[in-house]
Amino acid sequence: MEGLFLIEVKNLTKKYGKTTAVDNISFNIEKGKIYGFLGPNGAGKSTTMNIITGCISATSGSVAINGHDMVTDSIAAKSLIGYLPEIPPLYPDMTPYEYLMFVAMAKGMDKLSASMQIRDVITLTSLEEVKDRLICNLSKGFRQRVGIAQAMLGSPEIIILDEPTVGLDPKQIIEIRELIRRLGQMKTIILSSHILAEIATLCDHVIIIHKGRLVANDTIDNLEGKMDNTQKLFLTVKGETKAVAKALAPIESIIEISQIPSESEKIIELELEILKDKNAEEDIFFALAKINTPIVRMTPHQPSLEDIFLSLTDETDFDDDENEIDFIPRENESEKASEEEEYKPLFSTKTKDEEDDK
Amino acid sequence: MFAIFKREFRSYFNNVIGFVVIAILLFFSGIFATALNLLGQSADFEYTLSSLMIVLIFIIPLLTMKSLAEDKRNKTDLLLSSLPLKSSEIIIGKYLAMVAVFAIPTIIMCAYPVIISAFGIMYYETVYTSILGFFLLGCALIALCMFLSSLADSQVVAAVIGIGTLLLLYLATSVIQLIPETPVASFIALCATALLLSGAIYLLTKNLNITIAFCGLTIIPLSMLYMFYNDAFSNLFPNIILKLALFDRFENFVGGIFDISAIVYYISITVFFVFLTVRMMEKRRIN
Repeated sequence: MEGLFLIEVKNLTKKYGKTTAVDNISFNIEKGKIYGFLGPNGAGKSTTMNIITGCISATSGSVAINGHDMVTDSIAAKSLIGYLPEIPPLYPDMTPYEYLMFVAMAKGMDKLSASMQIRDVITLTSLEEVKDRLICNLSKGFRQRVGIAQAMLGSPEIIILDEPTVGLDPKQIIEIRELIRRLGQMKTIILSSHILAEIATLCDHVIIIHKGRLVANDTIDNLEGKMDNTQKLFLTVKGETKAVAKALAPIESIIEISQIPSESEKIIELELEILKDKNAEEDIFFALAKINTPIVRMTPHQPSLEDIFLSLTDETDFDDDENEIDFIPRENESEKASEEEEYKPLFSTKTKDEEDDK
Repeated sequence: MFAIFKREFRSYFNNVIGFVVIAILLFFSGIFATALNLLGQSADFEYTLSSLMIVLIFIIPLLTMKSLAEDKRNKTDLLLSSLPLKSSEIIIGKYLAMVAVFAIPTIIMCAYPVIISAFGIMYYETVYTSILGFFLLGCALIALCMFLSSLADSQVVAAVIGIGTLLLLYLATSVIQLIPETPVASFIALCATALLLSGAIYLLTKNLNITIAFCGLTIIPLSMLYMFYNDAFSNLFPNIILKLALFDRFENFVGGIFDISAIVYYISITVFFVFLTVRMMEKRRIN
């Protein structure tokens, strides 16, 4: 296995007193990809990142960077990593240039190559105009960029960024994302964020952590593919609620129907949970045609990373095997329900098909 | 290590602390030298240094308070521990930076005997060895206060604990005289010290087994020794404290003696507390 993966994390556990922040996490990081680290607040993202970078030590388990163990061979392991913690670790009494010089020297560079690399890094993070101002006078956005610049120094193989776009304005966010994408062509990047769109646009691979446990570790395409087992369908029909419910009831590929309150009385808006590849759309069309109820609109809903994230992190009970992801659709989506007032479940059938489909 | 040293050293002068420490030391050394040596018409610069020890009690914690406590507040401790540096390099870098700041007024003070010599005969050997002793005393105090700074989360707390501890050390020899000379008193005082140390060990390690082991390993042999060699205990505790007193060791230099054992003692105190600080830094990663 050694040499195959850039980072190997094995059975990592971190306990603070009696609370377990990270619970038996294992994953591998391959070279040259951008990894997204996803999880709700307090999921253990920062703790995991701090352990990978050697800032704190794990209760049990091991981290190896390119074959160098973080505990026994920490200097070699750390020199391969550039790390930006959640709060940029800056000295307020220095200017960005002085600060970057300090970090470069501490990473063991000589003065000449350090100043050359600092120039490059300052250009990349567009820090020219503030490089000689004191860090304590800089805005959050600039501080964040100084933090990213610091992580890039010494051209490490791996760059780990803990929530790099927090506190930036939209223009800066776009710039930083562009920067990360550019860096990703040369280096391996691990990025944590709770902004799902960011992960979806930037990352090749997503690692989802919830309550200290690994709930998913896959490419975005694969995750979406797995979710596609069931699909959501928004249906707007003109007709009576009871008649529509009766007509749709016999269709086996519909798992659940719920009604969304609509503006006019004649129009019914429904949200359907259907099984994929069962021609549910056609069945619905013919069933409604039979009772002369016109379909105004039928929209399939592609699950986004957000849906995957919510469905995975809402599962509070875990199976014994943490890698097995439970894809049984949730009965109620609490967040959406509160947004759109109430869902009125007309009926719900937990079919055998669903089990078979798996 | 050099990068850390350079950054820390500069930070003392980006900030007022470095200037304040140097200014206060020079101001008081100037006052004492004027009063004792020039106006008092004495060639003993050692007395000036001896009076300056009181200033050290307040100046050293001021110098060391930000050394480790500030990193915790700025969250720069994460940066330092993610850099490819050993904990010992980080701590020694920081320590040497503080010693360098302290060395500046000490070096300036080396000029005083030359000035004073214009008015009388100077024994340069004794004067400069006592300046060396004074500097080493300062180094030992810096190491002790740096360790205290690593325990505290804020600079103010670090400074207050530092001043309190140094004051206690300074007054220790006077306080010790309150303890009667009887063996029982020494035995009780030693046991109390053992208990206090165990308490400190528990606070630092949070490990009950080590604490109990330490407590047992000190108090049981003490009790046995007390039972068999009762006489040896008379005045034992005050003697031990006198041997350990950091400040009082300096009095030998004042008396014109080049005290090798004091120099060795200061250096060992320094090494001991620098080592403890490194351990504290490594321990913080575990918790």
